[in-house]
This record gives sequence, C-alpha cells and structure tokens, in this order.
Amino acid sequence: MMRRLKVGAAALTMALLTACGGSGAGGTDGVIEYWLWDSGQQPGYQKCADSFARQNPGLSVRISQYGWDTYWQKLTAGFIADAAPDVFTDHLARFAQFADLKVLRPLDELGPTKDIQDGDYQEGLAELWKGQDGHRYGSPKDWDTVALFYSVPALKEAGVDPAELRNLSWNPQDGGTFEKLVAHLTVDANGKRGDEPGFDSNHVKVHGMSAEGSGGSGWGQTQWSAFTGSAGWQATDKNPWGTHFNLDQPVFQDTLKWYFGLAQKGYMPTYAEIGGANSIGTDKQIQSGISAMGISGSWMISTFTKLTDENGKPLEIGIAPTPIGPTGKRASMFNGLADSITTLSKQPENAAKWVKFLSGAECQKIIGESGVVFPARPEATELAIQYNKKERNLDVTPFTDQVKEKTTFLFPVTSNAADIVALVNPRMDSVYIGSDPPSSLTRVNDQLNDLFKVVG
Amino acid sequence: MATTTTRSPAATGTTTAPRTPRRRDDSRLALLFILPALIGFLVFMVWPTLRGIYLSFTRFNLLTPPEFNGMDNYVRMVQDPVFWNSLKVTIWYVFLNILFQTILALIIAVMMQRLTKRTWLRGIVLTPYLVSNVVAAMIFLWVLDFQLGIGNKLLEVIGVERIAFFSSEAWVIPTIAGVNVWRHVGYTALLIFAGLQTIPETVYEAGRIDGAGEPRMFRSITVPLLRPILGLVLIITVVGSFQVFDTVAIATRGGPVDSSRVLQYYIYDVAFGRFQFGYASAMSVALLIVLMIITFLQYRLTRASTSDLN
Repeated sequence: MMRRLKVGAAALTMALLTACGGSGAGGTDGVIEYWLWDSGQQPGYQKCADSFARQNPGLSVRISQYGWDTYWQKLTAGFIADAAPDVFTDHLARFAQFADLKVLRPLDELGPTKDIQDGDYQEGLAELWKGQDGHRYGSPKDWDTVALFYSVPALKEAGVDPAELRNLSWNPQDGGTFEKLVAHLTVDANGKRGDEPGFDSNHVKVHGMSAEGSGGSGWGQTQWSAFTGSAGWQATDKNPWGTHFNLDQPVFQDTLKWYFGLAQKGYMPTYAEIGGANSIGTDKQIQSGISAMGISGSWMISTFTKLTDENGKPLEIGIAPTPIGPTGKRASMFNGLADSITTLSKQPENAAKWVKFLSGAECQKIIGESGVVFPARPEATELAIQYNKKERNLDVTPFTDQVKEKTTFLFPVTSNAADIVALVNPRMDSVYIGSDPPSSLTRVNDQLNDLFKVVG
Repeated sequence: MATTTTRSPAATGTTTAPRTPRRRDDSRLALLFILPALIGFLVFMVWPTLRGIYLSFTRFNLLTPPEFNGMDNYVRMVQDPVFWNSLKVTIWYVFLNILFQTILALIIAVMMQRLTKRTWLRGIVLTPYLVSNVVAAMIFLWVLDFQLGIGNKLLEVIGVERIAFFSSEAWVIPTIAGVNVWRHVGYTALLIFAGLQTIPETVYEAGRIDGAGEPRMFRSITVPLLRPILGLVLIITVVGSFQVFDTVAIATRGGPVDSSRVLQYYIYDVAFGRFQFGYASAMSVALLIVLMIITFLQYRLTRASTSDLN
C-alpha cells in the first residue's frame, strides 16, 4: 500500500527521464523536434517534413507522436526539465496557460514567421492565437466545427428520410422538430419508440442522441455548444481574453436544462450509463448501437468512416448540420490547432522556418489531400471536401457550410483556463447527473469572475 | 515462503552465535552499509519534504521562481470547500478500505495458519498483489462497466439491476475501496500471517488440552497475542490508504462531481494540472500532519511497541 505514492512518483520520474532521453531541449544540428498527438495526422505531416528537408538542405524534422493525455504530461515535464520540443501542436484549451507561463516564443519576432497574415487563413482562426500582449504565439494549421453524425441503418429502421435532418430546429421549451426526431429514434427494451405511448424511459436500448459527458472541460464543444450557440449565448464578454463570464444567463441555463433533460427522458444516455470520466465517444456509441446519432467534431470524420457493424461490415454513416436554434440560425464552435515554438528551443529561426512551412500552401495542400482534418487555408479546405466526396462518398459540407455561412462562434480563450476547468467541470457533471439544477451554475459563474478579479 | 510454523522460540534461542569478548567499533563499517540507503533517504525523502514545506509558503508555478506569500496558501486551504470535501472523501475511503481489508486479511491469515499448510495455496492469496494498481484499476473499469462490463452482465443474470459502480456518487468510493481491498488483502494477510508465526504453538496446545475450540482460541489467544503486529499492520495500511491515488487517477479522475476527489488526487490536480505548486505543497503538508497524528494515536492505542508474549 505504501507503494501507491511511489508508483505515481516513479511514473512521473519516468516521464521526466524519458523526456530527458534526447539531447536537451529541442533538437540540435538542424534536427527540429516536432510533436503532435493525433496519430491519424502523422503520415500527412511526415510528407510535409520530407518535403521540407528536401527544400532546406541541412535541416530535418523529427516527428514524435504521443496520445492526448501523455502528450500534455510530457510537454509539461519537458518545459520543467528543459527537454521540450522545438515546435509542438498547440490547442486553444491549453494555449492560454502556456502563454501565462511564458513558454511560447512570439512568432512575429522571428524572421520566417514575421509576415504571417490573418487573412491567409479561414476567417477568425489566426486572431485566436494572439496573446493579450498582441504577439502571435501560434500559426494556424487546421480548423474544426461540429455536426450530427448518424447511423444510416438506424434511420432506415425508424423510417426517417435522411433529408429531414437538414432542416431540423430546436427550442428550449419543447425541443422542436429536433427533439421529435430524437424521441422517434429512441427505442426501449420492449421495442417501443420514444414517441409512442407506453415508452419505458428507464430501460432504453437505443438512445436517439449520444452523450459525450457534461462538456465542462471544453465549453460543451461536442455536447451543448451547438445549442447554446444557436440560442445566441456567448461564454465570455469578449473573445479571446474575456474576463467576465455568462454562465448565469437564463438563456444558457434554460438551454442546459432542456439539453440534460434529454437524458432524464431516456432520449440520451445518462451520466451513469456512459461511465463518467471514461465515457465512450459518439463514434463508439453509434457503432455499438447504444445511440442512433450524435454530435461530434470534424476531426472524427475518418474515425467514423472506418466504423464496422457487428458482422464486421462497414457501418454506413451520414452527416447532417446542427439544428437551427431560437435565433433562427445554426451554430457550431469554431476551433483550431496551431503550431507553437517553445522558448526552450535552441534554434528558433530554424523552428520558425518549419512552422512557416507547415502553414504554407504546399504542406496545407498535402494535409487537405490526406482527408483527416480541414486545413487552415481556404483553398486547402476545398481539397479536403473533394477528397471526402471522391474517396469516401461522404458529404462533409455540414461542417464547411457553418464556416461559409458564418454561423460559427470561436472557442472561448481565456487566462486561468486550467482553474476554470477545475471549477466548472464537477459542477457541470452535477447538472448532467441531475443532482443540481442548472441555476446552481450561477455560483460557479461568480467564482469564475472572482478568478479574474484576483489577477486584475 | 516460510514453513517454520512449528519451531519453538526456545530452539531459535540456542542457535545464536556466542559473543566475541572484545567489542570492535563497527560504526564506520555500519555507516558504509547504510550509506546507499541514507543517500536515497536524504535525496528522495528529507530534501523534498523540507523543500515542500518551504514551497507551501510561496506562490510557485514551477517555471518562474517561487514568491514568498506567507500564510496565503493555508488561509485558502481552510476556506476551500473542495479541500474539506476531499478530506472527507479520503477518510470515508480509508474507513471502508481498512475495515474490510483488515477483517478479510485476518480471516485469510488465520485460515492459512490453522487450516492449510500448502505453500501454493498460501501463494495464491498473494497473486492480486503482483498486479500493478494501474492494471487492476483498468481491469475493474472494464469488468464493472455499466454497459459492457461482465460484472453488470452477471448482476443481470441473477436478476439484479445494473449498478453504475464507477459513475454513481454513492457507489464510487465503495467500489474503489473494494478494488484496493482485492489487491492488498493478500499482502496484508501475509503480514498478519508472519505475526501469527510468532505465537508459540504451545499456547494453542494448552488451549486444546483445556478444551477450547478454534473460535475460542482465535478470540482468546490469537487476537491478543497478535496485537503488536496488528498495530504495525494498521499503521502501514492506514498510511498507505490515505495516499490512494492511482486507482482514482485511472478510473474516475475525481468524479462523478467531487465524490471520488481524494486528497492525493486533488493535490496532484492542483499541482500538475493547474500549476499551483505552492497551494499543492500546503495541502501536502496538511496531509503529512494528519498522517503523523493518526500514526501517533494508533501507535499509542495499539501499544504496538510492547508485546504480551513475555
């Protein structure tokens, strides 16, 4: 039993030691250390790296890939132990914290990346990566939105025409045509559908809608953000770098009440059902038949197209846009990844050359043609749409239309991001479970506002 | 595994080597032997403890130098409801964990001593301890999964409603305590078993001649004579139990809500998730003090340093 702490300490030491395994921070002699977490993207970026090495004699890139959790642990350990990479893939949820800790190098002070223009990328993407000091800390590489993924066989069985899904609307009072569809797609243990009399909400076999947890750690990106967004709600007073929060607004709390109410009605898995901290995603829920459809992000497209049914045959998947809300418009969170250079890098100019190359037309084209994510440059985004149509027979415009029709809102970037998650996540879980009403979030909102009073 | 159950203390007493008349000063040599352990102790225990205490009076994010901020962290700790909740959750966990673990381990140890002498059977008891905490947590996460776990399938077969072991606020701590009882009960039983070996067989013989049955001998011989060992085992297991971390980190990450946010996990989260090493150090110091008090009390209450054998 005494071992428990020691095991933890040993694991940590191992992480530190393995991070030290290289030759100090970043690479040396023209070898640029580059980290990413998505294994699906590695082949594409390897192509970019090969091309970069050909065009820049004496320079080469070594790509390391770690899973999401390990990635951030290793990166943190790397910053502490002076063993961080030269360049790494950065996420908006973490970016603010790194900026606070001053471990990112301003790109506008490095030769090759000095001339990065906001206008080169999809609108709004580049601005997100500017710090409160006005410096640019990330060079946009891709973007994502959310949409409804559905199981074609489940829709067929329910007698629903997929075209119906293109014009769904919802409201916080009765859920609108969206909730009607979700109810119809829900089937209980006796085979009764959610909109039939005698439906047993406590013994549900197929939920009309999937659940990806309470959404407390990522502003409900693949949970409720499409609904709060289309109800006209914004998380902070301004974005990026807001300092006042809006979790106390009735529009937000009413939307959550309706959204988490779906779980109480049996239309969506409850917290207990999807397993709390280790919940399975929408992809697995649709694959295993627990759910018929659900909201997920564009970065999951290739995962969804690889799903198989119980006979091992490919499972047919369709994509529909998020429903139209009380504002009369759809909404999707608009989020993106960027490449950042660490202050620990001993060759910032070389690193900047690589960052510039990553966000340049050539590499963006390679990424677009690999069909894993939507590249940050508009012309490369078009290539990704074509790829999905041709290679996967999949219409991905529900993702891209949100950008085209300007129905997106940006991921809320703030300081104290880790503290915000620590405060919001447990309370949001509590609302999802149903042990606290959405009005309990007003108290959390006060705590969030207090965080910024202390600093200011 | 030891098989010296029947050897009496008298026999061991006669085998001690005769003492040399001239005493040599061995302290230099002794120091040399202790040195490797001492270096480890100083570098990995004493120094981090002192530094941790110092950091608890600072504001420190690991990447910039610490700033002294007096008692701020401690004031915040006293006012932090999550801290108090995590203390409560931890104590609830320790209570369940130690209660079931000690009772089960005692039963297993007595059965090992009184009922079977087979080494392989005794060995089997220890097998869960050979599984790492992380692996055990992962396995139980699958076994007890609400949707797909075989544990819940079995419950359904016998006609009981599924239980959300890791995802309901009421079940999560009993479940984590249960997983760790499973893993540590063999080890604890082994410690108690070693203690049972020190009880002379002659006492049991006397008991048998007086007509006492197994339950009576357990009550009147085993438990009182085992007290010092049991005291030691309790101190070790309670201290270890307070430090529960990996099962929570793997299985629940503190949820649902805060119902499994044990103190060690909260400290870890504040330090490595939120980069507030000063506040995390203050909470670690609080845990240190709590553990010192509990150990002291246990030591006194169980009179672990004295034996009734003489």
